[in-house]
Amino acid sequence: MLNYSLRRLAWAFPTLLLLITVAFFMIRVAPGGPFDSEKNLPPEIEQNLNAKYHLDEPLVQQYFRYLGQILRFDFGPSFQYRDWTVNQLIAKGFPVSLSIGALAMLLSFTLGIGIGTIAALRQNSVLDHGLMGYAMLGISIPNFVIAPLLILVISVYWGWLPSGGWEWNWRNMVLPVITLAMPVTAYIARLMRGSMIEVLHSDFIRTARAKGLSEMTVIRRHAMKPALLPVISFMGPALAGLITGSVVIEKIFAIPGIGSFFVQGAMNRDYTLVMGVVIFYGALIILFNFLVDLIYAWLNPRVHYK
Amino acid sequence: MTFACSKRIWLVMLLSVLVVACGKSTDDDQAPLFSDGDEKAANSLVLRRGNGEEPQTLDPHRATGVPSANILRDLFEGLTTETADGNIIPGAAHRWNISADGLTYTFYLDPLGRWSNGDPVTAGDFVFSLRRSVTPETASVYAGMLAPIKNATEILAGKKMPSALGVSALEEFVLQIHLTSPTAYFLGMLNHSATYPLHQASLRAAKGSFSHPGQLVSNGAYQLTKWAVRSFIELKKNPYYRDADSVGIETVRFYVLPDQSTEIKLFRSGALDWTNDVPIGQYQWLLKNMADELVLSPWMGSYFLGFNLSREPFRGNKALRLALALAVDRDLLTEKVTRFGEQPAYALVPPGSPNYTPQEPEWASWTQAERDIAALEYYAQAGYSEEKPLVVEFRYNTSENHKKVALAVTSMWRQKLGVQSHLINEEWKVFLQNRRHKVLTQVFRAGWISDYNDPVSFLDLLTNISGDNDFAYNNEDFNSLLLQASQERIPLRRRRLLQAAEAIMIADQPLVPLYTYVTKRMVSQRLGGWQHNVMDHHYSRYMYFKNEESEPELEPGNSPAKLAPETTAETTAETNEKTSQVAISEDG
Repeated sequence: MLNYSLRRLAWAFPTLLLLITVAFFMIRVAPGGPFDSEKNLPPEIEQNLNAKYHLDEPLVQQYFRYLGQILRFDFGPSFQYRDWTVNQLIAKGFPVSLSIGALAMLLSFTLGIGIGTIAALRQNSVLDHGLMGYAMLGISIPNFVIAPLLILVISVYWGWLPSGGWEWNWRNMVLPVITLAMPVTAYIARLMRGSMIEVLHSDFIRTARAKGLSEMTVIRRHAMKPALLPVISFMGPALAGLITGSVVIEKIFAIPGIGSFFVQGAMNRDYTLVMGVVIFYGALIILFNFLVDLIYAWLNPRVHYK
Repeated sequence: MTFACSKRIWLVMLLSVLVVACGKSTDDDQAPLFSDGDEKAANSLVLRRGNGEEPQTLDPHRATGVPSANILRDLFEGLTTETADGNIIPGAAHRWNISADGLTYTFYLDPLGRWSNGDPVTAGDFVFSLRRSVTPETASVYAGMLAPIKNATEILAGKKMPSALGVSALEEFVLQIHLTSPTAYFLGMLNHSATYPLHQASLRAAKGSFSHPGQLVSNGAYQLTKWAVRSFIELKKNPYYRDADSVGIETVRFYVLPDQSTEIKLFRSGALDWTNDVPIGQYQWLLKNMADELVLSPWMGSYFLGFNLSREPFRGNKALRLALALAVDRDLLTEKVTRFGEQPAYALVPPGSPNYTPQEPEWASWTQAERDIAALEYYAQAGYSEEKPLVVEFRYNTSENHKKVALAVTSMWRQKLGVQSHLINEEWKVFLQNRRHKVLTQVFRAGWISDYNDPVSFLDLLTNISGDNDFAYNNEDFNSLLLQASQERIPLRRRRLLQAAEAIMIADQPLVPLYTYVTKRMVSQRLGGWQHNVMDHHYSRYMYFKNEESEPELEPGNSPAKLAPETTAETTAETNEKTSQVAISEDG
């Protein structure tokens, strides 16, 4: 197991290097540059800017300079937010995205598993159809429809919760967390229902029932563990996606997370910021996938890592 | 406890730990935001302004963009400043002399001027700051504006040392600036962030991050107290400000709200007093339900279409350009398509420039039916007809409004002339690059919001030396008139030269003016002191809350005391020019 973990972690480095290389050259291929605006800069000013940010060097030299910086965990200054380094921006934005994302994951995991299990136990009943109908809605209604509806009713008409903005306070988290959790809950519920139904039809469950165990014990002790496996595989990328922020949610609720850095950074040709969040996101995905594999092995006796 | 359950609990705990851990890592600057309920009373003294995007920087010499400019105007004060409606008045300098040739300005600083740490604002601070602004290492985007100052261009190009700049401190509070040519709008320019003073000692002590709260020392009505990145920036009154008694509002918060629908919802729920914009699609609803708080003001900006004169079909084909210009029904466009009270435009320079009359072509006074007839004639003259229609590409950058305008204009062309247009929608930076290269473009959308309130900021676009001449327009008479105007210091003569230049350009029709921009925002009815301002410069220090128990002593805005600069007779004409600045862009 330790051997496996070390090997997996060692693979992370070439993966990240490939990611950095592809991202670095791809963003440079995009037309335009960070200092382009409708007002053309006089050539001497453009030159001064390029010199300051080393954009006047050959691209390959810039690439190696950048790799050198990354080894020191220095993502460099942001081109767009010029008073801040990319490290500072991620350090300020990530705790916000992390709290909302982790809470949304917690909510959707708990609700999704609950709903999925109940639906599976009452297969083809009115309750099952009702819950799965909800899940279908949750998956198919986009969050940019749900969010404004929630804001309009709960914040503007009823005035119960703030309609946007951010503070370290549960009141500001409720609506974004619900909006973010809705589609994930629905997805987990459908996954859970499917796998639970499959597990409930397997031989070892029949054996457990034949032993005379109560239905509750059968579910808790024997069915839950194998039924969770597909959900666990789904969780890795889902968690990485949730905690690195959602552009739509951040925009609608005016939340200062790091999700919008991807889009804003790319639009502004903020090379360093885009690279910073791409590397950060990449590293998180690698980490979560690794953790999920470990948890998977732990839950599933049939899987052995060598 | 079963194995499966303990796993679940383990996972739950892992997630909880993550949440708790991140909760602890909060910064002290992530303070409460948009608090409601109990804190409403406390908020009544806080002016809450929606301010669009996150400001790029609060270093005044590096700043670009409207969000930075709005905040910097509250933090700093240049040698001149503005009234609430945009007239240039003395700022850090309480009077000045201008030499007879218009090349030497001597400023007498207000001895009451103080930095937010209590230090006096001296001429040495201005010398230091203007030099810093043009130093190549500063990499200032707007340093080009300082070109009228002696040696500025050479310093920017690295050919001279910053100490060679034509700026000197004659005495502690007396500053002299030498120019290379009389620049009619120079006083207005001194209100731009590229000319703001910086506090030398704190700048040197803080090294790279001097613009962060606790380090930034400013000389304006407010000082920086909090910066929650991409949430808000908070300013508090500067107790040492030279005119601190007239500042009514203690705390101002500029919220980062790039999304207009989010902003309007916050305004409706009472969490904002001032919005940066309003969503285009909600105009009718706002007009019906919140008309008292919807504020529309004319803006110093033009929306137009450009022709690429360096390639077919527009090269050397004035008749075709005229036909397309005549066939656009601007009244219909502004009434039915843009619908925010934009003014139909036939000239490039918008109305509102002091001492200037925008030059419209003769056909601007015709009816649209008459224009349509003339358009058909020019179209035929250009060699096109129903059998042989013009096929043209129309480029615009991604935006709902640009798309609507493009659809409307091209369908007018199709209906009236039979022109076949292909609409091409491009991402902003791609669009800018194509426009600049002049290889792919034929007709393209364009807009310009002026840097300073002077017709030159629009007309300069079209000179042969302009970096922004995406039209490839080159008319020698036009170029020479603008050159003469740049050296002319008698306002009446300068005005004639500029008007003649615009008239020549409009007759050539390298572009089709469509309308003049308006600013549109929601302003809380409890907020007073602000005024319409064509440059859209709104200083928080002039504003106050109407229901407050303690009304500010001075009526903000144009208090007569502030309008009488102590200047020599010969400078009166310049001070009347309400020239002012901002770093802005057209709407991307």
